[in-house]
Amino acid sequence: MSQNTKKHHEPLIHIVKRDDMVWWQAWGIRLAAIVLGVLLIGIVSAVLTGESFFEVYGIMFRGVFGRIFEGKTSMLWKFGQDTVILLCLGLAVAPAFKMKFWNCGAEGQALIGGLAAMFCMIQFGGKLPEWMLVPLVIVSSIIAGAIWGLIPAIFKARWNTNETLFTLMMNYVATQIIAYYVYIVGGGSNVINPVETGALPVIGKSQYLLNILIVAALTVAMHVYLKYSKQGYEITVVGESQNTARYIGINVKKVVLRTMMLSGAVCGIAGMLLVAGTDHSINKDTVGGQGFTAIMVAWLGQFNPFVMVLMSALIIFLRTGAAKVADSNMLNSSFADISVGLVILMLVGCEFFIQYSVRLRRAKKGVEA
Amino acid sequence: MANQAAIELKNITKTFGSVVANKNVNLTANRGEILSILGENGSGKTTLMNMISGIYFPDEGEIFIDGQPAVIASPKDAFDYKIGMIHQHFKLVDVFSAAENIILGLKEKEGYNLKAAEARISAICEQYGFELDPKKKIYTMAVSEKQTVEIIKVLYRGADILILDEPTAVLTPQETQKLFAVLRKMRDDGKSIIIITHKLHEVLSLSDRVAVLRKGEYVGTVETAKTNESELTEMMVGKKISLNIERSEPKDPQVRLEVHHVDCTNREGSLVLDDVSFHVNAGEILGVAGIAGSGQRELLEVIAGLQKTDSGAVLYHNPKTGNVDLLQGKTPLQIRELGVRLSFVPEDRLGMGLVGNMDITDNMMLRSYRKGHSAFLERRAPKDLAEHIIDELEVVTPGITTPVRRLSGGNVQKVLVGREIAAAPTVLMAAYPVRGLDINSSYTIYNLLNQQKEKGVAVIFVGEDLDVLLELCDRILVIGGGKVTGIVDGRTATKEQVGLLMTKTEGGAEQ
Repeated sequence: MSQNTKKHHEPLIHIVKRDDMVWWQAWGIRLAAIVLGVLLIGIVSAVLTGESFFEVYGIMFRGVFGRIFEGKTSMLWKFGQDTVILLCLGLAVAPAFKMKFWNCGAEGQALIGGLAAMFCMIQFGGKLPEWMLVPLVIVSSIIAGAIWGLIPAIFKARWNTNETLFTLMMNYVATQIIAYYVYIVGGGSNVINPVETGALPVIGKSQYLLNILIVAALTVAMHVYLKYSKQGYEITVVGESQNTARYIGINVKKVVLRTMMLSGAVCGIAGMLLVAGTDHSINKDTVGGQGFTAIMVAWLGQFNPFVMVLMSALIIFLRTGAAKVADSNMLNSSFADISVGLVILMLVGCEFFIQYSVRLRRAKKGVEA
Repeated sequence: MANQAAIELKNITKTFGSVVANKNVNLTANRGEILSILGENGSGKTTLMNMISGIYFPDEGEIFIDGQPAVIASPKDAFDYKIGMIHQHFKLVDVFSAAENIILGLKEKEGYNLKAAEARISAICEQYGFELDPKKKIYTMAVSEKQTVEIIKVLYRGADILILDEPTAVLTPQETQKLFAVLRKMRDDGKSIIIITHKLHEVLSLSDRVAVLRKGEYVGTVETAKTNESELTEMMVGKKISLNIERSEPKDPQVRLEVHHVDCTNREGSLVLDDVSFHVNAGEILGVAGIAGSGQRELLEVIAGLQKTDSGAVLYHNPKTGNVDLLQGKTPLQIRELGVRLSFVPEDRLGMGLVGNMDITDNMMLRSYRKGHSAFLERRAPKDLAEHIIDELEVVTPGITTPVRRLSGGNVQKVLVGREIAAAPTVLMAAYPVRGLDINSSYTIYNLLNQQKEKGVAVIFVGEDLDVLLELCDRILVIGGGKVTGIVDGRTATKEQVGLLMTKTEGGAEQ
């Protein structure tokens, strides 16, 4: 019978699940992945543009930070602003994702928050004193974002709808509402001229400083909330095992609703920072897809707000820098996305090596009876 | 043909992370014989067979087929070696017909020819005595028919070595007999049949030889004709050890918990508890015996407030206030707020009792984190408790910050039981608390339950080992098919008596 059976050789490699790594080994692998990704960007750029390998990084650095060594800090401030907006959205989705509620609606929640801010700035501008109007702008955007986040959570808790699809679809609803609002207010011009009433005050040298300070405070607050508060503990338990949560008497639905409200509210803050803090206007691209990038920030940061700071900065640096490389070499604007994608691919891929070890084919051993 | 080795395993080892599923397993299956693989739950039977059928790849060891070293890295390789596995959970496409499922994925020279396939299927059916309509759609089939499709699927591919994973678990006794007849015919045809099971009488009536696994290790192979039930049991569970658990007389037994005529329907709509009534006294251990899945889990979950009842009442006699509180229809939190100190060691330790990814301290907090009005967690007391339990119960852990899923089964259970006892309960429920534990850890758990009993706690102990139940418990409640089939005295009842009650499904409760 053995004559017609096909022979097989042992595969060259096979994969074995490994015991848990020490944390510094895991982070070492992740760091190596980032370095590898950045090197890849350099190689790809150098090949495509004909610039020297090192010059690519020079262009990237100057593209992000400008002529910082000559004391010009405006680019640095812009970098900080972009980073904190992305971070703020990441902070918003982190509790939801930690609870295993896949909130893909940060984009829409932030837009609706921004819309609430814009609405108050236009409607009550000049009618209310600034000291009343600014808090109203802030509070209304938080509430609007929270409501937008709460809606899919209610449907999830009540009818067990799929939250991924629901939150995703809510983004399109939000976008269309904004488009309609801009159409009405802008009188068909599709632009709302900047409104100064009700805008956040400018402190210090840059209009971005206040945004950065607010998000810095939020980062610390979110870290404390997730790690040291009872509600944060409940989020962890619900995310890890709903059975355990029920067993110890946690009301799972209540936690889901509460956490999504929080997630939406923080998104609302991000929208408010964009509208009342910097743009003073709104359009459907105000958030610019960062609500989706934020999901990656939260995952890559493993829901640790301080690691998320680094991840946001990394993504913004790569995107801005690569855009500059593309710009100065007449490459397609998608080059920036491709570059960010390369590094994220490395980072996601390296998780495989943290979870599993790859063993080479074993040397033939003598068979013992 | 006989006594010619079809497949031979040498020193096969497979680990999943820190869990050793198979360790140095040696096994031979001959042509023209039926080999049973016998072992308790979790003894590594299925993992071993998955390595033969190419689903897993062994970490160490070698496989020989017809005396030649073989490498089986995928199910396709297994088919090339003429090995076919019939899984416990069928892998069929519901909307396809039997024939379509059988030829699915095959690349035959004549191309897709359903007619020819159906003819061949009918021929196979005739040869071995199967009854199957090749045109019938899977979703209209009964479970036994689906199993037939799975078997024909591997025969169609020319399998000489057939592996069946618990094939009788889903069959009625009549269907089982039919299956056995077919398997015997295949054996006589020179095929090599490996059947995984933990039912002793099937092993004895069907197989030629029996290989026994225990905790992932190979114990030995015996010829069925030269063995008996008790020898096999001993091989399967290890040397029978006299337990000698100290059992004190209950002191001052007062009724602590009463269950009156409770009916309960599960999510699938079947009645899992049928008119269940009993009571538990303070200071006694009430054992719950029954075949797995007879309603034990639901019973405990009803008391814990995790499962809704259709009718009936659960009453708690509060020793502090003297009040009688109604428990059913309340959530676990509401029960706690009533001042009912109910502790529960659930069957699913890491999926319900503990959170595997959290460390011991944070797992201690599950019960106590709500304490105080602060919005923030207080980790000092849980940390002290964690250290105390590690000390007291000799929990082996790399450290207090190690996630509990990385501890061994016995240590996980010590953490869970330790936490539940630390809550100073008046009622303590434990479901299969020693499952998967070694002897020493098991004894730690028995002693803890006994200590609680002496403190006047009402203990409910759901167990599967009748010897333990009979040595540990004051009274034993036997449950069969969701009904209470009897409540017996643990000191006077015999194993046979309890065993009979377990399989009795008709007749009401008797006191």
